[in-house]
Amino acid sequence: MNAHAAAPKAAKLPVAPPPTLWRLFLGFLIMGATSLGGGVIAYLRTGLVSHFRWLDDETFVELMAISQSLPGLNATNMSILSGDRLRGWPGAFLAALGMCLPGALLMTAAAFAVGIGGDDPISKAFLHAIAAGAVGLITVVLVQLGAKVLGEIADYAFVVLTAVLVAFLHVPVLIALVGVGALAIWWHRPRKGTAPKPVDPHFKDHP
Amino acid sequence: MKQLLDLAAVFGYLSLLTVGGGMAAFPELKSLTVDTYHWVTFPELMHYYSLGQLAPGPNMMMVASIGAQVAGLPGAAVVLVAFILPTGLLTFGIGRLWNRLANWPWRPSIQRGLGSVSVGLVLAGGIVLARGALTNTLTVALAVGVFALLMLTKINPAIPIVASGLVGIALYFI
Repeated sequence: MNAHAAAPKAAKLPVAPPPTLWRLFLGFLIMGATSLGGGVIAYLRTGLVSHFRWLDDETFVELMAISQSLPGLNATNMSILSGDRLRGWPGAFLAALGMCLPGALLMTAAAFAVGIGGDDPISKAFLHAIAAGAVGLITVVLVQLGAKVLGEIADYAFVVLTAVLVAFLHVPVLIALVGVGALAIWWHRPRKGTAPKPVDPHFKDHP
Repeated sequence: MKQLLDLAAVFGYLSLLTVGGGMAAFPELKSLTVDTYHWVTFPELMHYYSLGQLAPGPNMMMVASIGAQVAGLPGAAVVLVAFILPTGLLTFGIGRLWNRLANWPWRPSIQRGLGSVSVGLVLAGGIVLARGALTNTLTVALAVGVFALLMLTKINPAIPIVASGLVGIALYFI
């Protein structure tokens, strides 16, 4: 989430030449297999910018802004966009595959394991408590995401409106997304002379 | 076969809702897989979600578990492709278009407008999960504890998440 907040500004690392497709796949496979705990974006920044040096920080933040404005999982979107920058469409495909494969295999195996031992009260107690802990984690993500994208009071109103429609009035998510989304985009519509400034200070209008 | 088509349709639709993160689709994931199709119960869904927190990579890979429970390996494969491919192609296309749209005046408007809506959707997902997960004082305390620890320290989120599970086991024996 706050991947660029932790980035040292002075130390600008030189970017390495784009990797071969095999090295690219392997790199994303390693990041996909080691990024435990949900903060995949932080692992991606460490891997892509600091370790492999395939991207510089500016590009990483730019790609992250696109990832977060589009549907799709952030980590998958980031893999597709950075894979495309590095090696075109085969790179995008292999990066997303490497990122998703370890977790997908593990969760498929988990379904069969739950089928065998799913009624065990101890594992139920374990998983129920993790769901409770995850509520705390989501709240942290909300605070960080909110600090980055919410500016004026109207933005907070759009947040509350969306959440109330979906969680309490059971409006289908797609309708809330399109309805409130259109309203919010119209609220921030381009006006003559005053271009709306994104809240993210790292946003660059002319990359 | 009908079941695989249903899985593909449901998860293809869900993938389009994941603006701002997988959690944004959680309310619809719950209502479709639990209430409409009865593929899983709400506790099962929450438990898969919890396992997803422990697995590496994007934690919404837990959708593979639902597919596997409904229709075995083909189910898992169909769900994964349906959940990743449509939005993946969209991201790929828009990613290439985005730079050409650098001076398009509506670009920052869309970014800001969708920003607040996506925070709202993640909030709604958190509320739906909290309704199922926070069932007593102890689970509320766990959520507050994890929140405080992650806000105040730079600890890897995996540590308090696993610790929550261990506390759950310990309390089971008390």
